[in-house]
Amino acid sequence: MTAGTTPVPGVLEKALRDRRDAGRKLLIAYVTGGLGRDWVEIVRAIAAAGADAIEIGIPFSDPVMDGPVIQRASAEALHSGATPFGIISTLARADAGVPLAVMTYYNIMFRAGHRRMARTLADAGVSGAIVPDLPLDELDGWGEEADSAGIETVLLVAPTTPDRRLRAICARSRGFVYGVGVMGVTGERQSLGATALTVAARCKEETDIPVVIGVGISNPEQARDVVAVADGVVVGSALVHRILEGAGPDGAAGFVAELRAAIDL
Amino acid sequence: MRGPHRRGRFGEFGGRFVPEALVPACEELEAAFAVAWADPTFRARLDDLLEHYGGRPTPVTECGRLGERLGIRLLLKREDLAHTGSHKLNNVIGQALLAERMGKRRLIAETGAGQHGVAAATAAALLGLECLVYMGAVDVERQGLNVFRMELLGAQVRAVDSGSRTLKDAINEALRDWVATVETTHYCIGSVMGPHPYPYMVREFQRVIGDEARAQCYEMLGFDPDVVVACVGGGSNAAGTFAGFVDTHARLVGVEAAGGAAMSNGVAGVVHGMRSRFLQDEAGQILEAQSISAGLDYPGIGPEHAHLGTVGRAEYPSAGDSEVLAAFRLLAETEGIIPALEPAHGLAWIIREAGKSIPEGSAVLLTLSGRGDKDVALVRKLMQ
Ligand SMILES: Cc1ncc(COP(=O)(O)O)c(C=O)c1O
Repeated sequence: MTAGTTPVPGVLEKALRDRRDAGRKLLIAYVTGGLGRDWVEIVRAIAAAGADAIEIGIPFSDPVMDGPVIQRASAEALHSGATPFGIISTLARADAGVPLAVMTYYNIMFRAGHRRMARTLADAGVSGAIVPDLPLDELDGWGEEADSAGIETVLLVAPTTPDRRLRAICARSRGFVYGVGVMGVTGERQSLGATALTVAARCKEETDIPVVIGVGISNPEQARDVVAVADGVVVGSALVHRILEGAGPDGAAGFVAELRAAIDL
Repeated sequence: MRGPHRRGRFGEFGGRFVPEALVPACEELEAAFAVAWADPTFRARLDDLLEHYGGRPTPVTECGRLGERLGIRLLLKREDLAHTGSHKLNNVIGQALLAERMGKRRLIAETGAGQHGVAAATAAALLGLECLVYMGAVDVERQGLNVFRMELLGAQVRAVDSGSRTLKDAINEALRDWVATVETTHYCIGSVMGPHPYPYMVREFQRVIGDEARAQCYEMLGFDPDVVVACVGGGSNAAGTFAGFVDTHARLVGVEAAGGAAMSNGVAGVVHGMRSRFLQDEAGQILEAQSISAGLDYPGIGPEHAHLGTVGRAEYPSAGDSEVLAAFRLLAETEGIIPALEPAHGLAWIIREAGKSIPEGSAVLLTLSGRGDKDVALVRKLMQ
């Protein structure tokens, strides 16, 4: 794709745009794939409770962008035998009713082979992919195969990203732009500080595709604060933490419903 | 050896696969290193510290008795005699000076055997920087004395309890710290690994080993050695050594631990910011390395080595625990030098190959990357 051409929005971007343009704030929930026997039921339950899209973590042995909660969830899922293609084939039958994006580390894509992974995801009905250790400059191989399979590769913007680079990332990101709200890895935070809003505002100024802030958002109040500027939020560790504690589909859905209510206010 | 190509690539290996938050810091470091490395003032300060503080140049010792036994001329590049007892100081002095130039007053480091941690703590003390060292909980246990050394030097040591609780997990934890603190912190990586510019920069800081050894060998032998050997964890002492000999006819040999042999048993992958070779399963999950030597207990290898091995300029065999222990004892008994377990891997390979793939009468240089003090308690236990 040459710079400057506007790609036709994919399933993920279109769904998020339509909802945003209708005045709705976006809620994306993260669930670790293969964690517990009921993880697919949890996916369905949180979709029904108001998540606009769901990120499915494909666990990796060395998750350097993740804090203790998602590290533990990944280790437990791997320990119980979760594999990338096992998770993806389960997603093919998930019937969640909202777009799905996988979130994993690049070695998983690389080992599988770019084309094989992109096509398998597309065949399973997955719309997007988030690969936090694959920055813009290294995107080539995966990016091309993902584009041609119709998988939307969501890129991340960090608080340290300089303006010119931020512009290039927003232009290349598909599905949405993932603004990292804090300096640090995934995990719950008592307070978010100003960076989340600053990152959101900087991205919003650059792009019309949905801007969603993630990392650190832990409760309904924080979510509500962030959507004052951003189009939406990703909630990961706070949900996975509850799943690890045995919340089950009902408990997970209850928490998502609380988040939904807070950002709908 | 040449510098990396576009975007930090050595052939297909290398690159900069890091979270977005770290990209600007890697770019800043790349630029700062390029300027410093071309700056005579920086080079003079580094050389001065390496000489008057670090004890460089380290000597080359010819091992008469052991060489005779093996039917070869055996030369050792004595990094064990450098301050802090290993080659690791060369790199950390360079990086600490660079951190100072960039205005970053906090250093973080990972360590396996503890030698890089001790070196980082030493450089931090010397320059008045704050220092936090991540170390796998397993390694904290087996290298207890080095933990205490780091603490004496004013560093803080944090035991890492995730994953295999060894070097790879210490690196993960250091990267997680860096993602949160990158604006004030320099990550002082201990080997020729990680995202660009680290593999290249660390090799340049370590090339003093090879440059010195080339001249020293020539003076002693009147010609370049036939075989140049170094052990490989991430590969920094090997890269620094090879840098001095890559344009000679010397056979270059990097010896890995049998339980961490990323070249023999690994496949291409992308971990810790770099594309290289890693021990991993079908799905791409990284496997745990397994070795008596904590410093070689790493499932990957630096990207330049992956490249040199792929194009055939260097070879990367491995050595197993028991032949390493035998080599460790043999060097002590025949030469009065107690080596670290890491370079004992290089010696084990030489002992195995002397008279076979190393023809009788060959001149063989081994970089003795560190001294064995840190390992004697472990070896004693293993011998009982
Ligand atoms: C004495 C010694 N040699 C070698 C190594 C391995 O590192 P590298 O392969 O980077 O030289 C270590 C690492 O801790 C070490 O302590």
